[in-house]
Amino acid sequence: MSTDGPVDAPVAEAAPPPPAAPPKEESDSFLSHFLHNLWAANTVTVTLLSIVLAAIVGAVLIVLSDPAVLDTFSYITARPSDAFTSSWTVVSNAYADLFKGAIVDPSTITAWANGSGTWRQVFFPISETLTYAAPLVFTGLSVALAFRGGLFNIGGQGQAIIGTITAGLAGFLLPLPPVIHLIAALAAGALGGMLWGFVPGILKARTGAHEVIVTIMLNYTANLFLSWLILQKGIQQPGRSDAISKTVDSSATLPSFGGELRANLGIVLAVLATAGVAWLLNRSAFGFELRAVGANPPAARTAGMSVAKTYTLLMMTAGGLAGLGGATQVLGTAHALTTQVAGNIGFDGLLVALLGRNRPWGTLAAALLFGALRAGGNRMQSYSGISLELVTVLQALIVIFIAAPALVKTIFHLRAARTARLGASMAKGW
Amino acid sequence: MANDHIDLTVEPGEVHALLGENGAGKSTLMNQLYGLLQPDEGEILVDGEARTFRSPRDAIAAGIGMVHQHFMLVPVFTVAENIALGAEKTRAGFLDRRRARREVLEVSARYGLPVDPDAVVENLPVGAQQRVEIVKALTRDVDLLILDEPTAVLTPQETEELLAVMRGLCDAGKSIVFITHKLKEVKAIADRITVIRRGQTVGTASPDTPEDELAALMVGRAVTLEVSKEHAKPGREVLTIAGLCVDDDRGVRAVDGVDLEIRAGEVLGIAGVQGNGQTELVEAVMGLREALTGTIKVDNEDLTGMTTKQILRSGIGYVPEDRSLDGVVKEFSVAENLVLDQYDRPPYGNAFRLNPAAIDAAARERVEQFDIRTSSPGSAVSTLSGGNQQKVVVAREMSRPLRLFIAAQPTRGVDVGSIEFIHGRIVHERDVGTAVLVVSSELDEVVALADRIAVMYRGRILAIVPPTTPREELGLLMAGITGPNAASVAPAAGSEDKGTK
Repeated sequence: MSTDGPVDAPVAEAAPPPPAAPPKEESDSFLSHFLHNLWAANTVTVTLLSIVLAAIVGAVLIVLSDPAVLDTFSYITARPSDAFTSSWTVVSNAYADLFKGAIVDPSTITAWANGSGTWRQVFFPISETLTYAAPLVFTGLSVALAFRGGLFNIGGQGQAIIGTITAGLAGFLLPLPPVIHLIAALAAGALGGMLWGFVPGILKARTGAHEVIVTIMLNYTANLFLSWLILQKGIQQPGRSDAISKTVDSSATLPSFGGELRANLGIVLAVLATAGVAWLLNRSAFGFELRAVGANPPAARTAGMSVAKTYTLLMMTAGGLAGLGGATQVLGTAHALTTQVAGNIGFDGLLVALLGRNRPWGTLAAALLFGALRAGGNRMQSYSGISLELVTVLQALIVIFIAAPALVKTIFHLRAARTARLGASMAKGW
Repeated sequence: MANDHIDLTVEPGEVHALLGENGAGKSTLMNQLYGLLQPDEGEILVDGEARTFRSPRDAIAAGIGMVHQHFMLVPVFTVAENIALGAEKTRAGFLDRRRARREVLEVSARYGLPVDPDAVVENLPVGAQQRVEIVKALTRDVDLLILDEPTAVLTPQETEELLAVMRGLCDAGKSIVFITHKLKEVKAIADRITVIRRGQTVGTASPDTPEDELAALMVGRAVTLEVSKEHAKPGREVLTIAGLCVDDDRGVRAVDGVDLEIRAGEVLGIAGVQGNGQTELVEAVMGLREALTGTIKVDNEDLTGMTTKQILRSGIGYVPEDRSLDGVVKEFSVAENLVLDQYDRPPYGNAFRLNPAAIDAAARERVEQFDIRTSSPGSAVSTLSGGNQQKVVVAREMSRPLRLFIAAQPTRGVDVGSIEFIHGRIVHERDVGTAVLVVSSELDEVVALADRIAVMYRGRILAIVPPTTPREELGLLMAGITGPNAASVAPAAGSEDKGTK
């Protein structure tokens, strides 16, 4: 498979007996230098290889879950070609569908070129990817930002749910003119999330209550509050007996690209939020404080920073981001509150932040990947008949490999590098 | 290259001191001996036989044990469990605790190292933890014991105890490699001294070599160990502390009614065995710890109730005693650490945003001015040696107009060259008219810097004496003995603070 090429590369490059020894005589040329660095266990390489490994394990699972293909393995000694061809077909079809559903389906381009299709069909897969990615960017940033300040925000889910509630309520209860209504609804979402972040923040600052416990409990609270709220008179959609709220006014929805393209302003806001968080971390006084507090609270305190204030503000900011994520979900795609309106975006945000190494732009990239897997998974399910759960398994596998960098390094014989301590990043929360 | 063709021979039963500045390559050398690093060239002979050590296991098998500067103990385990760790003896599949205990008692009796096998390590004072490490090495039956900067974390008394232990081990036929940069200890204990500078052996000396000669060998140039300074010209009263009482973390009274005043242009040194309230006193002044009663005034402005930020902003510089915990953020760059308490003030930034250009420019200037050895102002402080990290802290605190400068243990874990520099800076700060408070558990440092010495014992200032006071008298004061006839009292009055079993 795709591993064969890269695995052989360093061995061929180095002197035969110790395969790990760096090739000294070749280190002059730029290319070998580049390859050398590429093969050192830096974070980017480990991340990419984790994705590759996850895809390989996923391929095995695809084969195992297809009875027809498994049957061919029963006579593998007699006719091995059957087993291999059928495995290859099912796996390549599945991954091709994943690609077509997430990035672009080449047939739509041909159709558009000869006039039988529309440009919308060409951009449909990308649009789906962006639609799924947008809320994850926000919740991912929420987790990443909190983590840089030394806090483990498990509460992205609860904050996002409260964000959907406040944004949704503002969306169908406030009679406001178009643009202002949208801004008000987004602000309401952010404020709701901030409130849900403020509680663990202030408890941590004042009493030292561990934010992990508090945020987990607040997740339940938010979820149950939502279930209760949407059944109340004035909230529930009139004429419906099931748990669904009124629909958000069109003046408060995030404008989309129209037609079947569901991608909306949310993804633009997500990119802006990423830039904002990057600026906040690296260029703002508050970012300096939160990084100092995150790395060494006693030193921050000795230098005159208020650790308690930083924790509180940080949890509010993180909550606000997750709340915005919830807001884009309800104002951009769902348009009404249901018990599942926030899906799993809060918990997926944890994975996205881990995959993005708690860096803003990394988180954005990770969210796009997760969005792509989700969008492609939908197509894979309907075309290749492979369960959408496989995508969840792929996501989980990627994260497991990322969390166990030593495993990836052993498999690929990566050279040890200083940036090797990746998995430790999440464990520090406790 | 950290080690460049080093030769070293250790004889049986000798204490061989390895002397060198921070970053000279002492630890690198020893890590090779202990199998943590592999040499690129050269060989290691044990009893005349060439050996390769792929891991510490090999080294231990060859009879080499090491006590690291940072202890490798599991804090929540008992002493016996820690010592058994890595070489667990089992009986019927279960950990043989009784045997582990017996071994500990045996070794500690044989070499005169008192440790309680049932004590939990995290409750032990640092000196006792170190004894646990030594006992651990000895239970592995080693002939050569490497001690990597063992005294860096010890109080003077604990250091004395350790030196006695080392002597005892040598008498029992063990060899010891003693890594340090403290000249006094080397002279007190070593049989032979090897000096390393920039990865090379620069000389072998006998313990009779004068200190300044050793220092010159170590640093590569003549070093003044004495602090040269003129007479102080005390001006107005800057810091006035009256009736100050402060509790420590456990709620025990640590500072018990301290009155103190420091004038502009003088250095007040606080001498005392660590743990007698010096830390709490300084923290109370800096607003890091609540003052229960009493007042702390700077130029008649009461500091009690002010936040640390306000206190720092009012022209007070503070070098905390625990550099890596309180002084620097190791993950931050040198530049960021240099503005750690000024980042939100012009020109470095304001309440909202930073000004990276100004921060960077200031950092370049400070690096130059304070001789901070770093590859660039952008590199993380964790990559710097201890001495240079301390220079970062000192540079940060001295780079604004000050009325009062407080330095707690300003040269702990700092090499000779940097000590000289930091002392010079402190004296310079005094000469420009700043009131200076120096707290140090090293009596030499206090005597060298101070214009007046306040001796602190159990939370009280016992006496304020001139630096010309004889050492013996200061030593007695530090042990809590004030009266002229009190010399007959056993000078072990500080034993309560040690808490060792």
